[in-house]
Amino acid sequence: MGFQSENIEEYHDIWVFCEQRDGKLQNTDFELISEGRKLADERGAKLVGVLLGSDVKGIASELGGYGADKVIICDDPALKVYTTDAYTKVLCDLVNDKKPEVLLVGATTIGRDLAPRCAAKLHTGLTADCTHLDIDMDKYLDFLRESSTIEVDPEKFKMDDTNLKMTRPAFGGHLMATIICPRFRPCMSTVRPGVMKKSEFDQAKADACELEMYPVSLSEDDLKTKVLEVVKATKKMVDLVGADVIVSVGNGISSDVQKGLALAEELCDALGGGVVGGSRVAVDEGWLSDDHQVGQTGKTVHPKIYVALGISGAIQHKAGMQDSEVIIAVNTNDAAPIFEVATYGIVGNVFDVVPKMIEEIKAQKAAK
Amino acid sequence: MRIYVCVKQVPDTSGKVAVNENGTLNRASMATIINPDDMNATEAALKIKDATGCQVTVVTMGPPPAKAMLQELIAMGADDGVLISGREFGGSDTFATSQIIAGALHNLGIGEDDIVFCGRQAIDGDTAQVGPQIAEKLNLPQVTYAGDIEKDGNTLKIKRLLEDGYMTVEVKTPCLITCVKELNTPRYLTVKGILECYDKPITVLDYEALKDEPLIDKTTIGLKGSPTNIFKSFTPPQKGSVEMIPGTAQEAASALAEKLAKKHII
Ligand SMILES: Cc1cc2nc3c(=O)[nH]c(=O)nc-3n(C[C@H](O)[C@H](O)[C@H](O)COP(=O)(O)OP(=O)(O)OC[C@H]3O[C@@H](n4cnc5c(N)ncnc54)[C@H](O)[C@@H]3O)c2cc1C
Repeated sequence: MGFQSENIEEYHDIWVFCEQRDGKLQNTDFELISEGRKLADERGAKLVGVLLGSDVKGIASELGGYGADKVIICDDPALKVYTTDAYTKVLCDLVNDKKPEVLLVGATTIGRDLAPRCAAKLHTGLTADCTHLDIDMDKYLDFLRESSTIEVDPEKFKMDDTNLKMTRPAFGGHLMATIICPRFRPCMSTVRPGVMKKSEFDQAKADACELEMYPVSLSEDDLKTKVLEVVKATKKMVDLVGADVIVSVGNGISSDVQKGLALAEELCDALGGGVVGGSRVAVDEGWLSDDHQVGQTGKTVHPKIYVALGISGAIQHKAGMQDSEVIIAVNTNDAAPIFEVATYGIVGNVFDVVPKMIEEIKAQKAAK
Repeated sequence: MRIYVCVKQVPDTSGKVAVNENGTLNRASMATIINPDDMNATEAALKIKDATGCQVTVVTMGPPPAKAMLQELIAMGADDGVLISGREFGGSDTFATSQIIAGALHNLGIGEDDIVFCGRQAIDGDTAQVGPQIAEKLNLPQVTYAGDIEKDGNTLKIKRLLEDGYMTVEVKTPCLITCVKELNTPRYLTVKGILECYDKPITVLDYEALKDEPLIDKTTIGLKGSPTNIFKSFTPPQKGSVEMIPGTAQEAASALAEKLAKKHII
């Protein structure tokens, strides 16, 4: 018995499944298109965005501005709101017809519902929640040199390997694993939101982006679930992923939570405006709502400045913030693991140090 | 009516994690727990059992010691357990695993009123892939990230949690649902449950029992057959370049602000 997915030489091009909600493209789309561009250049392949929705042709060319050569659009009223059944059927039909070598999907609540279902249907592998992708072996080895403790010996690698190398944290961030899918195509990966850097938007490229309308074939029988309503959260969610400055609080503020949170807010303002985040303890204790959590089970962030106040730096927390550009940690314990990833560390009590930090930072800014 | 709950025994990654020479996890040296989301899946099934008296079967794929976990879940209220275990299954990725579990469920039989519950994801791999992949193999509709479930006869209304809110999805049995921690609070074991759990049946399904299952493609199971392979695994290096700023709170704060200004960070 043979599977189509085994004929790997028939598969070409890098695809990104682009998610829309309410007819709007999502930030992850731009991140994945930007990353996809890099992979397409490494492979000498075309980068194609795939957009499913209803009345979405108008928004497609924006993807070109981030690097897509072409967008394939599947437009149908049944695709307006995401359903597993309709999206799986349409995306798998398209993949079987056009045979992309790589298919990237955002690791959102939609992507992580859709991608495994499609992988099982297409008879191919899928790697979850990736944080780094390479095709070119030289680039991968550079990545290993920078991000691992292993001695990299190029002799031991097949330098002409063109498999997508998908790297992700495993076991709660204690290990990193690079996964390949050598026998089947497409190579599928869900990609963690907020990790890949969005490139500059280029209007000329957006204008030049090719759009292809692809016919949708769906029948009532294909649809086994019905979406009764979609409800947006009433309170505004904080935008940790997009923030330039994040000041996070942890268990270290427990002796006076109100004061600790107020200091974090003030420090944010002093640093030019940002948002307050927290460790899991801060969220579990109810000091901050879920959407503020940084870490493995919260958000992955890479702001310009990340300040950790009274956070020990458990591996699950570090997993979400260690790629921030500048990390400042304040902790009473000089052996706290947070200092292992910090740029600047101050051993001291949050309630003593932070008021002074606010004053001094304001003074420095005023002096400029 | 029968509810299957797919559960997994996982290493407790909240403590120290032991790594083998070859970069894989040294499972033998670590404490194991029942995957947290799977506890919520079990509770969801037991709630339906409380209301309807249906049969709840807990199913796991894993090494023989995973039987103890099944017993614990039976003590919580499940009626019986199924242990899918075999050398041939070892090292399976999510694709391979879901084929095997789907094959086992098919073998056990899924009726018109039945439901399969899974946890959203397991804390060792955090993939959230096995549930949807089982659903696809069994050709069942799926609803993931279930944060609330209302059942009325064969119709379920499920609150599916999203990043920016939720959607309500209606689905009919048979179906597969993956559960998140917001769904419920798992119950405790009862003394009666613990005393009785050893008398309840645990079926073992090995390779022999499943090798003729049409849902299992024998070329894509186990370590060798899995579509995805580990190319390299490694530990991230310690950054270790921290600059500690000494002095009193005042001195340290002042020195820090100066450095930030000098480097144009502020
Ligand atoms: C599967 C799993 C997933 C997880 N996911 C996440 C995640 O996404 N994000 C996350 O953050 N955690 C996560 N955790 C939890 C994580 O392991 C830690 O328990 C948590 O990050 C600790 O939070 P904390 O640093 O605020 O608290 P603690 O570990 O209690 O640290 C408090 C720190 O504050 C210091 N301190 C105390 N008083 C003061 C003071 N007055 N001034 C200054 N410093 C002070 C202490 O020295 C200590 O270092 C996860 C755990 C598991 C098992």
